[in-house]
Amino acid sequence: MEPVQTRSIHVSQSPLYRALGDRLFVGAILVLCLLVIGIVLVMGWQLGSAGSEALAAFGFWGFLSGSTWDPVQNIYGAWPFILGTLLTSLGALALAFFPALAVAIFAVEYAPRWLGSALSYALELLASLPSVIYGLWGLFVLVPAVRAVQESVYFWAADYAPFLLPLLGNPIGIGMTSAVLVLAVMIIPFAATLAKDSIALVPAAQREAAYGLGATKWEVIRLAILPYARGGILAGVILALTRALGETMAVVMVIGNSNKLPFTLFGPATTIPSAVINEFGEAQGLQLSSLLALGFILFLISGALNLLAAWIVKRMSVEGRL
Amino acid sequence: MNEQRPLTVPPKLEAARAGGLEADLKPRMEAQGLTVYYGKKVGVGNVSMPIYANRVTALIGPSGCGKTTFLRALNRMHDLTPVARVEGKALLDGQDIYAPGVDPVDVRRRIGMVFQKPNPFPTLTIYDNVIAGLKLLGVRRKNVLDEAVERSLQQAALWDEVKDRLRAPGMSLSGGQQQRLCIARALAVQPEVLLMDEPTSALDPISTQSIEDLMSELKKHVTVVIVTHNMQQAARVSDFTGYFLTGELVEFGPTSQVFTMPKDPRTEAYITGRFG
Repeated sequence: MEPVQTRSIHVSQSPLYRALGDRLFVGAILVLCLLVIGIVLVMGWQLGSAGSEALAAFGFWGFLSGSTWDPVQNIYGAWPFILGTLLTSLGALALAFFPALAVAIFAVEYAPRWLGSALSYALELLASLPSVIYGLWGLFVLVPAVRAVQESVYFWAADYAPFLLPLLGNPIGIGMTSAVLVLAVMIIPFAATLAKDSIALVPAAQREAAYGLGATKWEVIRLAILPYARGGILAGVILALTRALGETMAVVMVIGNSNKLPFTLFGPATTIPSAVINEFGEAQGLQLSSLLALGFILFLISGALNLLAAWIVKRMSVEGRL
Repeated sequence: MNEQRPLTVPPKLEAARAGGLEADLKPRMEAQGLTVYYGKKVGVGNVSMPIYANRVTALIGPSGCGKTTFLRALNRMHDLTPVARVEGKALLDGQDIYAPGVDPVDVRRRIGMVFQKPNPFPTLTIYDNVIAGLKLLGVRRKNVLDEAVERSLQQAALWDEVKDRLRAPGMSLSGGQQQRLCIARALAVQPEVLLMDEPTSALDPISTQSIEDLMSELKKHVTVVIVTHNMQQAARVSDFTGYFLTGELVEFGPTSQVFTMPKDPRTEAYITGRFG
């Protein structure tokens, strides 16, 4: 190798660039990363400290388990809102899981290419619709239909199974059932899109391994595709769940906003975001602090779920083991 | 399943017999004018050759010559590629696997396949990987499954290495062990033919050796077709060799003849290392 050639390669880079270029880049990226982490931590800390007045007044567990929320007597307990949030979200997830998985499997494995991409666009459109639109649709289309069904169930129960009536609640359409249904429709695109992507990423070698053993199409899906894609499918499920937990507008429009326990299947209920949106305008003092403490609790639940999601994905995904 | 249907003696078999080969030679499969199209392009054209029962047949040739394409036509794997189309016949025990009414799923149960890269099912244990095919067939009895696991792993020369950890994940094995696990998985359903698509190309020399050593044992139980880009491997493990070039079968014959006295000058150019 001629030394002359070696020198000529370096001519275009100034010594300053060589000394600083990489460090500047790393430094800029590091600052931006820390900024994101910092915003999250500061937000959590500020919510906690703004809610600390309420948490101190009722005690952390007292606030969490208290079932009275009464601005007149200035007593605040978070339990109805926590319960309502968990019930609506988990109910929606239970309803949405299998349809979402079915859509994903169909779009990747069965649909012809044009239909598969049409489905993808439809899912993305559904995912990007503002939630107030879902709320409007829920209130004016879904609620009347739900009420009609609820009425017939209610009158049947009144005649044949009166012991069910306290469980069912009043068939007014607005309430838990409608909220769960609207939420389920809203989160299907999230769960389905992620499931679809992870199913599409299953290597051809895995499919062929199953086909080579004489598997039918459905057996290939069961033996090779779903086990391989389970990490991504579960990640989508948990993302959908966090989305449902925080959903505000669509839920507040159809849930009826009653914090009176016990909740019933048909009757009105409430969630943490509904409480915040309904009361933040007039709240002051201890009530405002209690709303912020509610926000802090939702922050903690979402954070814990995201950690759980990361852990499950790590445990369940097969990529790391290959 | 193993009953022999009457079969016309293919011209190449007559030639082989005339050349002084063993008289017990029976074709298990036979390709008759097999052509695979990808769209309008011919992947491999008009291939006719026998595949003899309980022998190892090697398919050799340079990259892109069509040997893998031909192999995948032998158990209807091209059905899974929408643009691929197969013409001609591939007989298994005298019956065309492309005949109308033949279920490709049945074909693949009788003609197993081992792939280029080891592809065990990553979420399953060693045991469950081996019985995956049997489970598809509805076998549930534990003693039957246990026996099949031991027999298949023995035949794949993996039993001694894994018999104490059958419940460990299949992915915990080394690359060479994983490939033998895949061979055991294919053998568990007792196929008549085992197609191997460059089964050692992703393995180190020692693992390669263990798979090659396996071949002479395997052919006692099953008819083997192996695609390899490694001519020495073909010479070491096979009884018959087919040489492919640019989508065409140039020469087929007993391995010793193809490697020592090739009839076609193109075969000679390839095996003497003039190209490829």
